[in-house]
Amino acid sequence: MSAKAQTNSYRTGPDERGHFGMFGGRFVAETLMPNILELEKAYEEAKTDPSFKADMDSYMTHYIGRPSPLYFAERMTEHLGGAKVYFKREELNHTGAHKVNNVLGQILLARRMGKKRIIAETGAGQHGVATATLCARFGLECIVYMGAVDVERQKPNVFRMKMLGAEVVPVQSGTKTLKDAMNEALRDWVTNVSTTFYCIGTVAGPHPYPAMVRDFQCVIGNETREQMMQAEGRLPDSLIACVGGGSNAIGLFHPFLDDRGIEIYGVEAAGHGLDKLHAASLTGGRPGVLHGNRTYLLMDSDGQIQDAHSISAGLDYPGIGPEHAWLHDVGRVNYISATDQEALDAFQLCSKLEGILPALESSHAIAKVIELAPKKPKDHLMVVNISGRGDKDIPQIAEILGAKI
Amino acid sequence: MTSRIEARFEKCRAEGRAALVTYVMAGDPDLETSFEIMRSLPKAGADIVEFGMPFTDPMADGPAIQAAGLRSLKGGQNTVKTLDLVRRFRKEDGETPIILMGYFNPIYVYGVERFLTDAKEAGVDGLIVVDLPPEEDDELCLPALKAGLAFIRLATPTTDDKRLPAVLANTAGFVYYVSITGITGAATPDFGQVSTAVERIKRHTPLPVVVGFGVKNGAHAAAIAKGADGVVVGSALINALKGTLDSDERATSRTVEAVTTLVKDLSEGVRSVSKRAAA
Ligand SMILES: Cc1ncc(COP(=O)(O)O)c(C=O)c1O
Repeated sequence: MSAKAQTNSYRTGPDERGHFGMFGGRFVAETLMPNILELEKAYEEAKTDPSFKADMDSYMTHYIGRPSPLYFAERMTEHLGGAKVYFKREELNHTGAHKVNNVLGQILLARRMGKKRIIAETGAGQHGVATATLCARFGLECIVYMGAVDVERQKPNVFRMKMLGAEVVPVQSGTKTLKDAMNEALRDWVTNVSTTFYCIGTVAGPHPYPAMVRDFQCVIGNETREQMMQAEGRLPDSLIACVGGGSNAIGLFHPFLDDRGIEIYGVEAAGHGLDKLHAASLTGGRPGVLHGNRTYLLMDSDGQIQDAHSISAGLDYPGIGPEHAWLHDVGRVNYISATDQEALDAFQLCSKLEGILPALESSHAIAKVIELAPKKPKDHLMVVNISGRGDKDIPQIAEILGAKI
Repeated sequence: MTSRIEARFEKCRAEGRAALVTYVMAGDPDLETSFEIMRSLPKAGADIVEFGMPFTDPMADGPAIQAAGLRSLKGGQNTVKTLDLVRRFRKEDGETPIILMGYFNPIYVYGVERFLTDAKEAGVDGLIVVDLPPEEDDELCLPALKAGLAFIRLATPTTDDKRLPAVLANTAGFVYYVSITGITGAATPDFGQVSTAVERIKRHTPLPVVVGFGVKNGAHAAAIAKGADGVVVGSALINALKGTLDSDERATSRTVEAVTTLVKDLSEGVRSVSKRAAA
């Protein structure tokens, strides 16, 4: 690569203080700062240690089941009558979502750092399940904070976490969803700072989390590059992923950011609609500071954080990872949104056409494939990240559709 | 010119005692009761007053202050109204130092320059912003110092000798030692460890060191006052307030008095320890 291409790269962030443009940073209580600096140092060391990479690779293959397939969704393609649609099948990973890629990295890091007590926040429960799973695998204590509302709508995952030996703490404060689970996890961390590793589930939080979680998730995009070259002999023309905090999306996008010709779409949750209750922080929010970083937030004119709403617990968050905030401002990624209803429709279409039940989160991305693919020529290669499987959502969807199970 | 903060610590030193610093949430449980509480604090024995700026997501606060913030926000409190409360307080009391304490987002959204100008004009003396460590000094700390407002830093049990100089670098007014690793309103600290920690911090700074987190009554305040230049009390005052609210969380005739009664007890605790001998 030429020096010029390097300086114009979208892939060099963050700077040493954790900034992507004006976003990111380390906005945390002093109690946590020494720990965060220790984590940053440990991660920098692990990154260049061949034994860490070898460990990662081995568990990725034998425990998680990577690489995940890049699958040509033939019937969906025929049905839409435009772009050739490929699914990146993250839902086939052990535990059923992309979340485990990041958790594996953080748990191996926690082991290196000698931390035996792991805490996590979770929305849909997928990150909680992945964390509980790896804690079981390595014999670590695991405490998962989950908003009381989410405990109710993601019952299968709550039970799974308990079976895996984790303690699930329903969070009753604030709006009782993901942001409050994150507050409570941060409160736990401040209290048990010396013994505890905080395993954050998305590309948010203070530096180095957004960069570290991204790095662990980049396996998605790196595999996609290779797999698409093998399948089609060239790179894809467009990429689509849903965005909650943004970890499955950045994992797919990041390895392609400097391939300027590729269109990239991040899909936020538009909930009941962008003029009503939603969770689309980039489309409907403004820059602010929450949970350790500066990013786009849903808030009122006084800077008080507002309730987000999405049918999907994993997207129900009033913020977004700082790197996405930056990619939005510089215009490299197009951030669009899908409503609850569009996601539900996409869920049903995908189930019937492809025999794949996608997570409600991923269904937001599929909803936009349904919208965009018909407008593209037949030789347009479109990749959508199926970030998770929909099993966890079955009770909730059955209820919405008025079915008894 | 000596600041109000310096003058107040000077006065306490002259009286041979530690300072009592009280924290209440601005606008809790409603604007007018909150103002009555604020103006009663110095008379009850508070030397420095901290007013909390409510935030929906106070990630370093325990249940008491979380709930106080939500009560205040429910009543429509915002940054403009909090600064108004400060102005009203300042009209009656030109000497008691006022510290605003909260989280960065409401200040950031208000606009840093505008906030500093308005806070200074209203009569604020210092700021404590929980989620701004020295790594983020450019955001508010340095502009605040320039605007003539003290940016008071939190030092914690995890702030070791290597890190202390960075934490103390751009601070002014006093240093706030957080006695435990934890959130507000949690455990009561080990007083022996606290005085060791205060001595350690004092080796790094000439500023007064005050101690907070976990102080619940006059006896605790006295125990802390032995080693520290001041004692901060927050959650205990908020719990006293909360205990008087009616079932709709509205103030009752006992609300202001419940707070002042505890402040008097705390003040007696602080005054029971003579610091002349040590000096
Ligand atoms: C399947 C699935 N997809 C997506 C998300 C959203 O998170 P992120 O935006 O970090 O990928 C979640 C979060 O719980 C999830 O479970």
